[in-house]
Amino acid sequence: MVQTDTEYSQQTQWMIAVRDRRDRNAFAALFDHFAPRLKGFVMRSGASDHQAEEIVQDVMLAVWRKAASFDPHRAQVSAWIYQIARNRHIDIVRKENRPMPEELREDPGTEADASQIMGLEQETRHLKSALDKLRPEQREIIEKAYLGELTHQEISTQTGLPLGTIKSRIRLGLERLRHELKDLKS
Amino acid sequence: MSAIGHHVPESMLAAYAAGSLPNAFAVVVASHVSLCGQCRVALEAHQNVGGLLLEDAKTVSVSSRLKADILSQLDAPYRPEPVYDRSGIYPGPVMETLKGRKPRWKNLGRGVRQDILSEGKKGSVRLLYIPPGQAVPDHGHNGLELTLVLQGSFSDETGRFGVGDLEVADEELDHTPVADDGDACICLAATDAPLRFHAFMPRLLQPLFRI
Ligand SMILES: [Zn+2]
Repeated sequence: MVQTDTEYSQQTQWMIAVRDRRDRNAFAALFDHFAPRLKGFVMRSGASDHQAEEIVQDVMLAVWRKAASFDPHRAQVSAWIYQIARNRHIDIVRKENRPMPEELREDPGTEADASQIMGLEQETRHLKSALDKLRPEQREIIEKAYLGELTHQEISTQTGLPLGTIKSRIRLGLERLRHELKDLKS
Repeated sequence: MSAIGHHVPESMLAAYAAGSLPNAFAVVVASHVSLCGQCRVALEAHQNVGGLLLEDAKTVSVSSRLKADILSQLDAPYRPEPVYDRSGIYPGPVMETLKGRKPRWKNLGRGVRQDILSEGKKGSVRLLYIPPGQAVPDHGHNGLELTLVLQGSFSDETGRFGVGDLEVADEELDHTPVADDGDACICLAATDAPLRFHAFMPRLLQPLFRI
């Protein structure tokens, strides 16, 4: 069966083109989209302009070099890049290496499951609209937590953080999180 | 082998995803996630939240030569970071901390052994080997203490912990974990508190030394 990926989000299509065809134009498009966001994101968490560009460079090179480990069934492009960016940030700012879980290895020749990929994208869109509807101070706490500005202790005592809801399956988890975020609005 | 019943708390997964967990704890969380599908998908969900925030980040324009610089480096040779595979009972993140070597056990008495993998001001992480019926050495004392079972099992007042199970204990939990019958219990244990001189003496011996 021939799998078409035309219904995937633009970024997923770019990333698959980089992964499977080493497509430089697609990589350049990913750079144009993500580099200014990465720089803003990294500077918000305290990096200098110079450090931020160093991190952007390292992250984008890692996107090219580690493309084989991008799996759209499990992560959005932005989530995959977020995790690389946090690693580089820790590496450069804290001079530490964050230990990473073993990578899941798929059997060679496993076909893409388009419905799962699009299901994850859809759930992520729902999650996004829920995040967009948060009150500014709740949004602020979430941003601080995921930018690494809160300690574990602070996260566990933040009652406003909708963490307890992320459940055993990623889509269900995102679904639940969305409902929880909705509840928080009241 | 029974299913994993004791998981990483949600707040700790979020802190791990954000990179704000002390390194000693991050080793234990990454090891548990390597063994546990449930926590892996929960972690991926946290990473998706992080990704959405990255998407929404306020953009800051990059210097004009950055793109050309990066594009020109795409074909440059580079040294890939070493990947440490699981070896026997030891998950990849443990092998990474061991830098691929075998554990170097040091006797603590009564057949209990340890190998300190790393220690510093922000905490320590070690492997513990506890023969059946022996108490798990106290490695926390104050602060938070994480114990991940890699082989065998132990039990304490709060329940039984088998392979893959993670016990999270703070200073308020007064417990005495003891290795169960069967295989010796091997654990990965981390604490964020500074080490104390007697902190790794088996609990059963501690009264003798009036600690
Ligand atoms: Zn788990």
